[in-house]
Amino acid sequence: MAEQTSTANAWPANPADLIPQGRKRLGWGLLAIATLFLLAIIVVQILYKTEMSTVGFDTWRPVVYAYILWGAALGAWQVLTRGEDGQRALFLLPALLFTIAMVIFPTLFGFYIALTDWNLSSFTGRRFNGLDNFWQMLADPYYRNALFNMVLYVLAVLVEYVIAFGLALLLNAQIRARKFFRVVFLLPLMLSPVAVSWMVGKSLMEYRFGPAATLARYLGWDNPAFFSDPITARISIMMLDAWTFIPFMMIMLLAGLQAMSREVLEAARVDGANAWQTFWQVTFPLMLPVSVTAVILRIIFKLKLADIIITLTSGGPGGATDSVSSFIYREYRDRSNVGYGTMLAMAYLIIIVVFVTWLLKVASRFVRNVN
Amino acid sequence: MSVQTTDYTVSEIRSPAAFITSRVFIYGALAFWAFVCLFPIYWTITTSFKSAVDVTQGHLIPFVDFTPDWKGWRSLGLSPDSIFQTSTVRDEFLKRFMNSVITSVGASALAIIIGSLAAYGLVRYRYKFAWFRNEDISFFFLSQLILPPVVLALPFLVLYREVALLDTRIGLVLLYTLMVLPIVIWIMRDQFNSIPVELEEAALVDGLSIWGAFFRIVMPIALPGMVAAFILAMVLCWNEYFFAALLTSTDAKTIPVMVASQTGSQGINWWSMAALATAAIAPLAIIGIALERYLIMGMTAGSVK
Repeated sequence: MAEQTSTANAWPANPADLIPQGRKRLGWGLLAIATLFLLAIIVVQILYKTEMSTVGFDTWRPVVYAYILWGAALGAWQVLTRGEDGQRALFLLPALLFTIAMVIFPTLFGFYIALTDWNLSSFTGRRFNGLDNFWQMLADPYYRNALFNMVLYVLAVLVEYVIAFGLALLLNAQIRARKFFRVVFLLPLMLSPVAVSWMVGKSLMEYRFGPAATLARYLGWDNPAFFSDPITARISIMMLDAWTFIPFMMIMLLAGLQAMSREVLEAARVDGANAWQTFWQVTFPLMLPVSVTAVILRIIFKLKLADIIITLTSGGPGGATDSVSSFIYREYRDRSNVGYGTMLAMAYLIIIVVFVTWLLKVASRFVRNVN
Repeated sequence: MSVQTTDYTVSEIRSPAAFITSRVFIYGALAFWAFVCLFPIYWTITTSFKSAVDVTQGHLIPFVDFTPDWKGWRSLGLSPDSIFQTSTVRDEFLKRFMNSVITSVGASALAIIIGSLAAYGLVRYRYKFAWFRNEDISFFFLSQLILPPVVLALPFLVLYREVALLDTRIGLVLLYTLMVLPIVIWIMRDQFNSIPVELEEAALVDGLSIWGAFFRIVMPIALPGMVAAFILAMVLCWNEYFFAALLTSTDAKTIPVMVASQTGSQGINWWSMAALATAAIAPLAIIGIALERYLIMGMTAGSVK
């Protein structure tokens, strides 16, 4: 696209001066036509959908095409009117237009749905009901319970971190077959959580025949039901999730360990520090920035936890293992309650945006203070 | 790779006994965790060759505990004796499999294309859209990582119905692209940052346009990073369940959704479940083992300065 529009005058003092007026007019014209076209289609659709006119399309798909056309015209307008600067903007435009269309619009739309009473299984359709969903949410013990579970799940990241750090240290030690172990340790990350929760959660940890249950009986646990009482069920879910995601933190920590300079460790050894002291005085503080990045990324992934719970326990027993995502999923799937479910999701979004922002602030201050 | 740890050197100085203890401990721990990682996979694969009795009695070792049989694979129509016969289950499975391949490859490719372009722009040029500068735009992209799927799922359900994208592969591709785009931009930014600007300056002097320099000079150098980002995106898309479960029903259903919906009327057929799970896991496991280097490269991008 850019090749044919690239200007021959390679080093203009100010590219804008050298672009002929005709080309600029062409650019503006294109943009104007595309904008008008987009607006026209939207207006036609709105009129058609509100049954004020008979001309229109069955679906809103043409609006999507018009938006893509408009995006192309926007790019052409940039190149035609701004020359080289426009070509630079062209790098960013596709991703920007895509993300804005895919995020901003649905999120705003979501906030609107959140304020409606909308049950897909009832015939009344969508009805604006203000903050009713919000008050209902505040009084909903299951939602609060799901939020509380999220706190527990996030706290479990610390345990995962300790294990991941241990594994990274092991892989960083002087060992044979390092590559083999690294590949093996990485494997769980690549497996589909759904398949894992079936084959591990429902089969391997099955009460009667699962090898994990057999092992638990052998170790003296008489009644190894992994998913029947609230606390063990939570721990089982945490373990399964940890199993898939520990490799993720492990790899980041391993990279941190390998990037550490040998001189520092040598110096500690010369000073007579033993392995334990070296770890706490040298390795751990030096690893802090990497650790913080790994833990925060892991927490962000943890906040999306849903697949395992949906397939394994559907939140049971009695909502004890529900994460917010799985709870909302069922609110929609089982009760078709789109309005209320969206309100829960939007509230969750606000909570985690605040939480993650706070976390990033605290983390950056923490890292700065220690170093 | 061969970073010498103090643990090793110190214990060497101490005594042979301490050295051996530490060796035993290290290899013991490694073997234990390797077992933890591999046993579920082993269990999945062997279960696909078991009959009902072998499953319920928890038999573990093929040929010793039980005689392996193609049972699970036959039920999928993928065993040696059934592969040439017509099988509706196999057709169904292949359809889901192709859906998964198309959506994950399509989404990863799209994300790599628009993500690399954006990352390159953000690394090399200064932008100013209204009051947004490079840092703000970068933050805007990366902050999408926080967005939980559940926030977008319901609005998308409604929007996709309006634009007739519900239960289509294109619809999933677009959503998955959105999901992996922040990660791609994160990795590619790191990648482009490590390429010296002088290369492009030389190319510009030689008469290449900005885009010419990008395609002919920068892209070949950044290819490993692109492969890394692609693999990581593939893993995420292939395993995605939440959106697929909500937004697809008959046409565009992917493998994870098919796996999740395998409850029969008489309980679960573990052998066919295991065969299906194996087939769902295998492609990524193979890719992961073969291209492990790139996977690690992708995951560690930007984390170690």
